[in-house]
Amino acid sequence: MSHVVVRPRVYVAIFAVLLALTAVTTAVAYVDLGLMNVVVMLAIAVVKAVLVILFFMHVRYASRLTWLVVASGFVWFGLLVLFTLSDVLTRS
Amino acid sequence: MASRAGQVAHHFDDAEQQHEASSLGMWLFLVTEVMFFGGVFLAYVVYRSRFATAFAHASHHLDVRLGTFNTVVLIASSLTMALAVWAATVGRRRALLWSLFATMLLGGTFLGVKAYEYAHKFHEHLVPGAGFHWAGPEAPAAELFFGLYFVMTGIHALHMVIGLGLLTYLVLRTRRDAFGPAWSTPVEMVGLYWHFVDIVWIFLFPLLYLIGRH
Repeated sequence: MSHVVVRPRVYVAIFAVLLALTAVTTAVAYVDLGLMNVVVMLAIAVVKAVLVILFFMHVRYASRLTWLVVASGFVWFGLLVLFTLSDVLTRS
Repeated sequence: MASRAGQVAHHFDDAEQQHEASSLGMWLFLVTEVMFFGGVFLAYVVYRSRFATAFAHASHHLDVRLGTFNTVVLIASSLTMALAVWAATVGRRRALLWSLFATMLLGGTFLGVKAYEYAHKFHEHLVPGAGFHWAGPEAPAAELFFGLYFVMTGIHALHMVIGLGLLTYLVLRTRRDAFGPAWSTPVEMVGLYWHFVDIVWIFLFPLLYLIGRH
């Protein structure tokens, strides 16, 4: 249930993955991929954030209600960006 | 923080429900934090889409090595914070104290590097305002970038300072033997807060330091 004890080994493994992803995103920043640079950069950041949320913040082991609250927060932010950009980017 | 080890407040059925309520409440607060930081992130996205070249040039004035170093420091502090939560829930008091100290040391290191970077920006006249000096084209857009840089990293650093205060509180409570397998909720809640601040930096680092490197 919500009160699980996650073993240190799991935390260290996630830490190692986060470090590796930081190295990848820094290295990729120096390669010219055109528009894909931003996409790759943000994709890696999202993966890192999801790992932190699921494991360090225990959401993987949390109740469905917690899942819903967490997801709603980020979905709402997504809507904010989506609708603002659909206005800003289509002005002549 | 009315409840103590083994005690359940009268409006809860059991300790499980009480714990669930705490973490749900903390997450609701963090969702409002997503909205708070979301506003400035959106401002960044909008202006970056309009002044992509100027933002890329301005970004070159940030030190990638220091940014990467601070990213590693902050991720390491998230690890030590996670270990602190583990130590609290299994009742290892010494491990909890050392994990909290390590987290504070790493958080302090991050802020120290940030202060050094800020001082450097003042020295280079890159702080928006009357003293701002920009040799290249599109000076107003570059000034906008540094305005966003200082607001975003500034409110992030403020959250770090508050986090250090919360960690100090946990250390004091731990010295009075407050936490153990029966009750470790405050350690877990501060952990959630600390990891959230780490997530904000996970996005700030590429957006501010890495754009336009190629």
